[in-house]
Amino acid sequence: MAKRLPPKDVAIVGFGWTGSILSKELTDAGLQVVALERGGFRDTIPDFAPSTIQDELRYAVRNGLFEEPHRETLTFRNDASQLALPMRQLGSFRPASGAGGAGVHWNGQNWRFLPSDFVAYSHNVQRYGKKMLPEDMTIQDWGVTYEELEPHYDAFEYLCGISGKAGNLGGKIQPGGNPFEGARRREYPLPPLKRCYSTVLFDKAAKEVGFHPFPAPAANTSEPYKNLYGVQMGQCTFCGYCEWFGCGNYSKSSPQACVFPVLLGRDNFELRSQCEVTRVLRDSSGKRATGVAYVDVTGEAYEQPADLVILCAFAQHNVHLLLLSGIGKPYDPQRNEGVVGRNYAYQITSSVDVFLDEIMNPFMGAGALGQIVDDFNGDNFDHGSHGFIGGGYIANWNTGGRPILQHHLPDKTPKWGSGFKKALAENYLKSTSLATHGCVMSYRGNYLDLDPTYHDVYGNPLLRLTFDFHDNEHRMSKFLTDRAAEIAKAMKPRAMHPKPRKGHYSIVPYQTTHNTGGAVMGTDARTSVVNRYLQSWDVPNLFVMGACVFPQNPGYNPTGTVGALTYWAARAIKEQYLRNPGPLMSA
Amino acid sequence: MARISRRELLKGAALLPAAAAVATTAPITFVPRTMPSSGGRPPDYTAPAQGFLDSREKAFVEAAVARIIPADELGPGAKEAGVADFIDRQLAGPYGAAETWYMQGPWQSGTDQQGYQLRLSPAQLYRAAIAKIDQHLKQSQGNRTFAQLDAKAQDDFLHALEKGEVKISGDLGKEFFEILVVNTVEGFLADPIYGGNKDFIGWKLIGFPGPRYNYVAQIDQYGRKFDMPFVSIAGRDTGIREA
Repeated sequence: MAKRLPPKDVAIVGFGWTGSILSKELTDAGLQVVALERGGFRDTIPDFAPSTIQDELRYAVRNGLFEEPHRETLTFRNDASQLALPMRQLGSFRPASGAGGAGVHWNGQNWRFLPSDFVAYSHNVQRYGKKMLPEDMTIQDWGVTYEELEPHYDAFEYLCGISGKAGNLGGKIQPGGNPFEGARRREYPLPPLKRCYSTVLFDKAAKEVGFHPFPAPAANTSEPYKNLYGVQMGQCTFCGYCEWFGCGNYSKSSPQACVFPVLLGRDNFELRSQCEVTRVLRDSSGKRATGVAYVDVTGEAYEQPADLVILCAFAQHNVHLLLLSGIGKPYDPQRNEGVVGRNYAYQITSSVDVFLDEIMNPFMGAGALGQIVDDFNGDNFDHGSHGFIGGGYIANWNTGGRPILQHHLPDKTPKWGSGFKKALAENYLKSTSLATHGCVMSYRGNYLDLDPTYHDVYGNPLLRLTFDFHDNEHRMSKFLTDRAAEIAKAMKPRAMHPKPRKGHYSIVPYQTTHNTGGAVMGTDARTSVVNRYLQSWDVPNLFVMGACVFPQNPGYNPTGTVGALTYWAARAIKEQYLRNPGPLMSA
Repeated sequence: MARISRRELLKGAALLPAAAAVATTAPITFVPRTMPSSGGRPPDYTAPAQGFLDSREKAFVEAAVARIIPADELGPGAKEAGVADFIDRQLAGPYGAAETWYMQGPWQSGTDQQGYQLRLSPAQLYRAAIAKIDQHLKQSQGNRTFAQLDAKAQDDFLHALEKGEVKISGDLGKEFFEILVVNTVEGFLADPIYGGNKDFIGWKLIGFPGPRYNYVAQIDQYGRKFDMPFVSIAGRDTGIREA
């Protein structure tokens, strides 16, 4: 029998970026908040201390900070005709487990989406006509606009201490920034990071071929910074251990560095780590959440009653929890009906490795130290003749030069033997890589549901992922890779090695942890799980945060928009819902 | 990743004790094997190494890593860097036991896109493959083990294994060789606390200075070689621990 606990005002499920921000905002409003985190507690010291965190094998290769498939994984197939099999070890994406979530181990590449991204369906139909959209493409408008989110993007950027250069201040294009971005109210909180050599060469080459490079918006602090909540951060030292690692220097934005110091000691807040929520509980009407059921690390089961439940787990885990709890109609791809699991999307990446004559010192890096070309993202260019919609950015990131996973070797280098060793010695210091980061649209055949065969450690069915890349994405990615190769060529390399993305999506090689969709937002309950305030259509005292609400996946890293949507939802909860608990929109 | 025939690999799995082959769809009783996100612990580099391999298996790995990254005119290779010890320790730990992997049945062969579907942990894969390789060589190489062959014959055999020309329990040999190369590179380039990259042999070859932490003053000195002494998580370039 589950042990029933004293009730709380709010139960937060998952304690990463969204869970910690909402805990802060709702304890500000005087509510009693409990956050339930499936993984362990982690803090800057001792867990990310610089003296131990710079360990590539432990963290990047052996997955020290990520979820462990033996507890929780999913099954995967490319299409519904195949038998889905479990993802037995992490590969294509790496969700976190533990306090801070993936906000601990991200690179800090912090973007706003384009204004046209939020109206992807109506914008593309208006500009190119319905015939540009394949019959099985299920993209839709978000129900929230860039202009509505702008103050909340600003809040998240000033929480994180983003280093960057504005390209559009109140509609006026600024030299040195991204000329394609939506209008912003003010400059970034911090100036851009210092540049490393490869980004200087990339910048020069990109300008030579007629593109518009600018410094990437970085959640790595270029200077000491006091954030939105008054928390002090330090200056990034370019140690080169951001992605897959926690930051021990208080200079990569994370829940630990930016939110924990003002939240954890509050009387009306409680964090319970190593507690995994397995169901959202409802009353007999099915229309009201009564709390959550969870299991602690010893296997003991509990019921936590709460007036308000907010799902803040990683994208697909929120969807899994909705499906397990029977909330919302599961998506049926045959009939194209139902909503939970619908419009799962991902991103499509490729690269061009560049081999140069001079020393690049790749190990002096930071997760979001990079120079970007955004000329071919979203609808920043005329797609008329290209036969696809959407786009992505081209970057020279220098996230670090960690030797096992971040060495580049010329094409046709032997995989072992003296030839391999010689190539390692000759190229490690004198190479860099250009990355493309492309959008993925939503399709009828790409979705999440419950697996009929495989179970997790609690005996619950695993989530089942059915996903493949479509022609639109392959054409777009090839186009981006070709543009990246033009820049690479202008860098006058001694050799270059384009690595286009081809064929079926594979769960094996790491690509990106930008999984989206499955519980999408919108203004029509027939095609969305949550309304434009991220409130469940079916259970109004349940909200769902994170990239699972994206109706399709634009060509940028998702965290900036996840943060902005969290502040947007927090305002709706505080200013509307708490005054009059009930649906914030009529279905 | 090279193409792997999972059906063949599953046959290779028949080498294992029958208990490991039981498939189940029943809900699993909750038994936490590791604490969530414990991340493993860094090794105690002062403790004597606890290995997994027996002496015959260790001799194979010593000889094989010496061919994968050989000692040559560029300097010492994987053997001199202690990579066999690194692999031995890794196989004895959570990695070797596939401790964090999802290892519940039913076991089925899938597509390349679906990834590893063997019921073998890395340690079990090494054990099964090395036994089969030595058995194969005994018949084809006049009773000699891999370690007893000359360098040329060893290279020829590894090339044949890589290309799948030598069949070891179907494609088990090919799959094993891929993992062996990956583990060799890991050991050559990981922090020396794990037993490989001894005396910074790997990092000195490529020019990685180790976890130096702060490059604010150097990052915009374009094209200049960074020549501070090599460091490890555990200490300076005077051996593993500070003198």
